[in-house]
Amino acid sequence: MRKLFSLILLVFITAAAAATAQTPSGDWILQKVDENMGSDNKIIVAEMVIRGRRGSRTIQSKSWIQGTEQSFTEFLAPAREKGTKMLKLGDQLWTYTPSTDRTILISGHMLRQSIMGSDLSYEDKMEDPVLGNLYSAIVVGEETFLDRPCWVLELTAKKTDVAYYSRKIWVDKERYVPLKENRYAKGGKLLKTFEVKTVTRIQNRWVADRAVFKDVLKKGDGTEFILNSIEFNADIPAYIFSKAALRK
Amino acid sequence: MVIPRLALRNVLGAGLRTWLKVVVLSFVFVVIIWAQGFINGLNEQAEQAQVAAEYGGGQYWHEKYDPYDPFTLQDAHGRIAEPLQQFIDDNQATPILIVQGSIYPKGRLRPILIKGIDPSQRIISLPSHVLHLEEEDLPVLIGSRMAKSTGLQVGDFVTVQWRDVRGTFDALDAQVVYIMSTTVQSIDNNQIWVPLKKLQMMTSMEDEATLAVIDKNMENPQNISGWTFKNLDFLLSDIRQLAKVKTFGSMIIYVILLFLSMLAIFDTQILSIFRRRKEMGTLMALGLTRGKLILLFTLEGVLQGILAAIMAAIYGVPLLLYSAAKGWTMPQITDSMGLAIGETLFPVFTAELIIGTFALVLIITTIVSYIPTRKISNLKPTDALRGSLS
Repeated sequence: MRKLFSLILLVFITAAAAATAQTPSGDWILQKVDENMGSDNKIIVAEMVIRGRRGSRTIQSKSWIQGTEQSFTEFLAPAREKGTKMLKLGDQLWTYTPSTDRTILISGHMLRQSIMGSDLSYEDKMEDPVLGNLYSAIVVGEETFLDRPCWVLELTAKKTDVAYYSRKIWVDKERYVPLKENRYAKGGKLLKTFEVKTVTRIQNRWVADRAVFKDVLKKGDGTEFILNSIEFNADIPAYIFSKAALRK
Repeated sequence: MVIPRLALRNVLGAGLRTWLKVVVLSFVFVVIIWAQGFINGLNEQAEQAQVAAEYGGGQYWHEKYDPYDPFTLQDAHGRIAEPLQQFIDDNQATPILIVQGSIYPKGRLRPILIKGIDPSQRIISLPSHVLHLEEEDLPVLIGSRMAKSTGLQVGDFVTVQWRDVRGTFDALDAQVVYIMSTTVQSIDNNQIWVPLKKLQMMTSMEDEATLAVIDKNMENPQNISGWTFKNLDFLLSDIRQLAKVKTFGSMIIYVILLFLSMLAIFDTQILSIFRRRKEMGTLMALGLTRGKLILLFTLEGVLQGILAAIMAAIYGVPLLLYSAAKGWTMPQITDSMGLAIGETLFPVFTAELIIGTFALVLIITTIVSYIPTRKISNLKPTDALRGSLS
């Protein structure tokens, strides 16, 4: 009887050890996500489908991104938005509209407003995209999403000046692409969601090429992002990240 | 004394021609006083409402606070200085914390200001006592304009989102506990009022404020380091400036009215000098100097002004008193003008206004009466007696 009990205990301990060995740490998964998503420079051409009460409209843009601090976006279509540009330098964001020929620093109240009526605010654009810099993660479960096995991570801010205190992300176990994300307020209220629809492989990286970002406090179906092209580690001239480039 | 009596006799003797001018001129008197009285009333009413509901006896602003610069608002808060805290403890001041945030009425994003105020304050007339309700997580007081534009009603829940002092998002479902009806739009539009302590806790800005309103009866507020005192002259300067602009706008109407009535006087004077040549010649032959003749004709014009003032007083005083008592019901559109005007506007007729208008009209009448009489200085008595004017 004692032998049998010892055997069962041994099996349990072995199984638990095996399970522990198979489940990587949350921080390690987050690091893999950042490695997959991040690069020094990238050039992205994307479409943003904004669904409003009076129908939907599609805005096409091209972005030049350098690290986490600098980005430059130029809107290409529709004609009404064509030529509008946005420049992020550190914690400052400027916009330029050709119709007024004016460059405006977006700050304070204006940061809370949505970008062209989308579910994305200027504040969201200002965020550091490297999650590992901002959050510590723990694995809270495993789920299947989009027919892909995922780790479910709970992210808690490790700094005090992070926009979203906590997040929950579903990370593809093999591709290390976040397929779903919930962003929460400090008090625990769900504020924004991000759901990937399709994933594609570009330059040996798995990238979400169709996703929906939604401000859950707002009515509506959210804003869909469609990736037209992405070029990692692209050669970007330095002048792009200057205020002078906004007027060019 | 001969000339004034002669002038009076001539004026009254002209009959209907005189009375027509007097009626028109009296109408100008009444309209100017009436219109300017309403502008004064508008100014005074707006100032009183603003002082009662927002400014108190003045405000201490945090050194970084600038209500016209939304870029600085997120940094415009600080720990309440010791002397200011003493005023607050003595019920001579009340602190207000202002934070930028958003609400989502009916699922639509609306950027707002979240203002925290002590529910037990008695410094301003804002009905902050309604925020005492303990059972609500976040009781919210809003103005009627805000309620109308957001569709919120008492008892409704609305999600409020803000960032704490370090920039982290937070959100809560708040309940509207009261909708105040106020004429002061700057405590109503695009803002919600919540208990101060709660807002300080929500934003991790314990014991901090953006500004403090002091009691109306407080005298000689002292300088406090890190806080700038703004007196009523400064705080009300916008309203006063607006009133000045409105006064200037009304002046165009006054000028047109005055011009029309003065044209009548001027015309009459020219006509008189042309038609009364023989009379002038006779008076000169009887020994009246040219100067006295000019005085006579000028005085006739001035007397018309005085008669107009008397007539204006006869029918104008009851009319203006009635207006002052009953006021003027303002149209709905006035609510969007930016001034704290009530549903009924009561005019204010000051002695300064009445005397000033009387003096202005009389001076202009005198000048207009005098200008045509200058021709008399070239008049030869012999020509005048023959009926010709050289």
